[in-house]
Amino acid sequence: MAKFKKKKDGELPQASTAALPDIVFMLLFFFMTVTVMKDNSLMVENKLPEADDIEKLNRKNDRVMYIFAGKPVAGYEKFGKEAVLQLNDKIAQPSELKQFIHAERALRTEEIIPFMVTALKVDRNANMGLVSDVKQELRKENMLKISYLSVKKPEAK
Amino acid sequence: MAKRSIPEVNAGSMADIAFLLLIFFLVTTTIEQDNGITRKLPRWEEVPPPNPPIIKKKNIFTVVVNKKDELLVEDERMELKDLRQAAIDFIDNGGGVSAEGEKCDYCQGARSPESSDHPSKAIIALKNERETSYSLYVSIQNELGAAYTELRNREAVRLYGQGNTFTSMNAIYKDPKVKDAALKEKLDKRLKKLKGMYTQFISEVPSKTN
Repeated sequence: MAKFKKKKDGELPQASTAALPDIVFMLLFFFMTVTVMKDNSLMVENKLPEADDIEKLNRKNDRVMYIFAGKPVAGYEKFGKEAVLQLNDKIAQPSELKQFIHAERALRTEEIIPFMVTALKVDRNANMGLVSDVKQELRKENMLKISYLSVKKPEAK
Repeated sequence: MAKRSIPEVNAGSMADIAFLLLIFFLVTTTIEQDNGITRKLPRWEEVPPPNPPIIKKKNIFTVVVNKKDELLVEDERMELKDLRQAAIDFIDNGGGVSAEGEKCDYCQGARSPESSDHPSKAIIALKNERETSYSLYVSIQNELGAAYTELRNREAVRLYGQGNTFTSMNAIYKDPKVKDAALKEKLDKRLKKLKGMYTQFISEVPSKTN
């Protein structure tokens, strides 16, 4: 006759951790699908202005070109105290925008270029002089769609 | 010979490896969504066109910001919070006829002969100086854009019923997850109509370069 092993009293069975990798993989895949790789580190202050009449910018379809501007952050004081431009991962002058735009265009396919949007990520403390220079360069290069990136204004009561 | 059992692979460290990957992705990625005010810049002309069209002064709504971040609207000082309503009053005035000689039958403004003739003729001219702060500039662009959005929303609700605001229809239209082609076409038609009723004319006067 078969005998059942009698459990010792007062001892808890060990929790199985076999499903743990599955759970973690699930989390991993979730984060892999919903997030976007950070592709450049900021060398300038970037506190965006507030607005409420805003539209979402879909950044997954490769149409968006980013231009950053603001005061250089700690560690980059050699670029001065005034707001400067950051293109990709270096501080640049407005005159370098032309090259940058050409390089960005070269990365994209012919069909996307007419739909490209320039996203201006400009610090709220910057002044308009720099932004005007950028806009003028963009106009010269026929990059007419722009978006002033901003954060949603907290609802006023 | 006795059957040799295959030794089981130890999967105990699998969780650790997966955690490592997870943490890597958490650190290198961002979830934030970019939101922005979209505008279209005017085309660059090497030589300005010889005969600029003559626009009546009453059809231009001037907004000037100086280097001290003070706002001057139609030659009068104004607070930022009043700008939206002032712009709406100007656009929606409908005092005269459009270029095609049509009256604005959907306008609900004061119909004053001193203000704009028709929404299709109303132009907002924005002028800023180089020292103007970017945050104020964006706030102004925001208020002016919101004035148009508010008017479009009002007309959308009037034409298509409660809940069908311009903003909500635009959000559905722009949503890449919505695949319903018939719905998109319908929305596209509506949005085009609304945009045609209140077309955004925000012109920027170039600031002087020093």
